[in-house]
Amino acid sequence: MTRAGSAAARRRSILPGFGITLGVTVTYLSVLVLIPLAALFFKTATLSWAEFLAAVAGPRALASYRLSFGAALAAAAVNAVFGLVVAWVLVRYEFPGRRFVDALVDLPFALPTAVAGITLTSVLAKNGWLGRWLEPHGVFIAYTPLGVVVALVFIGLPFVVRTLQPVLQDLERELEEAAATLGASRLQTFRRVLLPALRPALVTGFALAFARGVGEYGSVVFISGNMPMKTEIAPLLIVTKLEQWDYAGATAIAVVLLVASFALLLAINALQRWSRVEPAA
Amino acid sequence: MGEATAISTPVSADATRRGVSESAPVRWALTAVALLFLALFLALPLVAVFSHALADGLGVYWAAITEPDALSAVRLTVLVAAISVPLNTAFGVAAAWAIAKFDFPGKSTLVTLIDLPFAVSPVVSGLIFVLLFGAQGLLGPWLQAHDVKIIFAVPGIVLATSFITFPFVARELIPLMEEQGVEEEEAALSLGASGWQTFRRVTLPNIRYGILFGVVLLNARAMGEFGAVSVVSGHIRGVTNTMPLHVEILYNEYQGAAAFSVASLLALLAIATLAAKSALEWRIGRTGGAR
Repeated sequence: MTRAGSAAARRRSILPGFGITLGVTVTYLSVLVLIPLAALFFKTATLSWAEFLAAVAGPRALASYRLSFGAALAAAAVNAVFGLVVAWVLVRYEFPGRRFVDALVDLPFALPTAVAGITLTSVLAKNGWLGRWLEPHGVFIAYTPLGVVVALVFIGLPFVVRTLQPVLQDLERELEEAAATLGASRLQTFRRVLLPALRPALVTGFALAFARGVGEYGSVVFISGNMPMKTEIAPLLIVTKLEQWDYAGATAIAVVLLVASFALLLAINALQRWSRVEPAA
Repeated sequence: MGEATAISTPVSADATRRGVSESAPVRWALTAVALLFLALFLALPLVAVFSHALADGLGVYWAAITEPDALSAVRLTVLVAAISVPLNTAFGVAAAWAIAKFDFPGKSTLVTLIDLPFAVSPVVSGLIFVLLFGAQGLLGPWLQAHDVKIIFAVPGIVLATSFITFPFVARELIPLMEEQGVEEEEAALSLGASGWQTFRRVTLPNIRYGILFGVVLLNARAMGEFGAVSVVSGHIRGVTNTMPLHVEILYNEYQGAAAFSVASLLALLAIATLAAKSALEWRIGRTGGAR
């Protein structure tokens, strides 16, 4: 969220409608978001400390956090590398069909996650378009933790590319020219001049992709195989517990995920301030 | 997300000579890596949806998307979007007006809170409504006594979808309206326009593409949401199954072609969304940021 153009003169605004629009906003936000989220903590409060700990830190829960956070981290790292290449190529180079490719990058935002899930699974399964070539060579992706990473790479890619693109566009060419004039090779210019300027946006994109990956459900449940202790992600464990009418257990794990996503949201907000305070130039 | 991307700077041989661009082989290699990556992760799955949908022929495809359960899933998906899209659009405009046009304490906290649903796992988003309205939920006994069904019924699906798609329009409009400032509105008011006239004649034309942009993304997410809806729906065939849930059921019943047929409708929606988004970005870029 930018706060650009916020003028001090606005304090004594003659514009009407402040009371009613703020009232509507706060009411709607409270009814739809804040009160339901509070229900989560209310429910948790009915658990004893021992019950909470048993639900949150049982071996099956711990294994699911390891997979959810680990796979999200790995996928965000893959996206940071390839997302940077994609953003670079889309901003800096001309090639036929570039506008089409640029639009395609948003596919994971637009394609329902369940569709992505069944499609990736069928492509990577034993008889799938890629699976039939990979599995004879001992590369098993579907129904393994690697499958979870693949699904999260799909889901997270646009976060990195779309965060980097505007920063790359605003990058001043003069700096690169100056570095070249001073005798830097292209690689040196990239490492010493471009990468530091891109770092805040890169870290922000990484964090956004990671945050999305931790909570992702639809694209992962089909490809992961859902074996407890092995390929069971934390959101799936919540669903499993709900189906067994274990509301308390589901709630406890949800609190862990929610606290993690709050922390990530705050970190991302701080990062976005950082990328603005330290402009890419 | 949702940033309009401007026109890029083309590479020239001159730029390479001046040392501000890469040599041709490096450019080709990087382009090849980027395109291969996108082809593998994005294009291939998209093609696979349609290929798998038509694997057993057009007859099976047509039967899968016209059978009663599929049609009722389509109807429910459209109904849910028809409720949550206008609701969240109206909210987004109201929130953006208050936040972008006025200064008040707690504003940045409010902006962070509006972003909150994007940070919450879809499954948790569904769970909170089960905890509130479910049979064992806080309001469950009261709802049962009054014979009101929310969870495992349509109202729950609408609630969960609205929660998930809550920030789209607001977060599109807030930066846009902040950038536009208040001068035009103040001029209209000082010329004697009423508040409502000012909004309709001055503000609305300025933000209409921003609203449309948000609505396109909001609608795609509302129709495609899986995790949150799956938790609150109860998967009752023909009653509380949205299209993504119907896809899941067919897939788990090993009706691959049928599952991909219904999925292909959602993929078409995604393609339409991308096309609309690009067209709007082009439009906004052309008209100078919809100002």
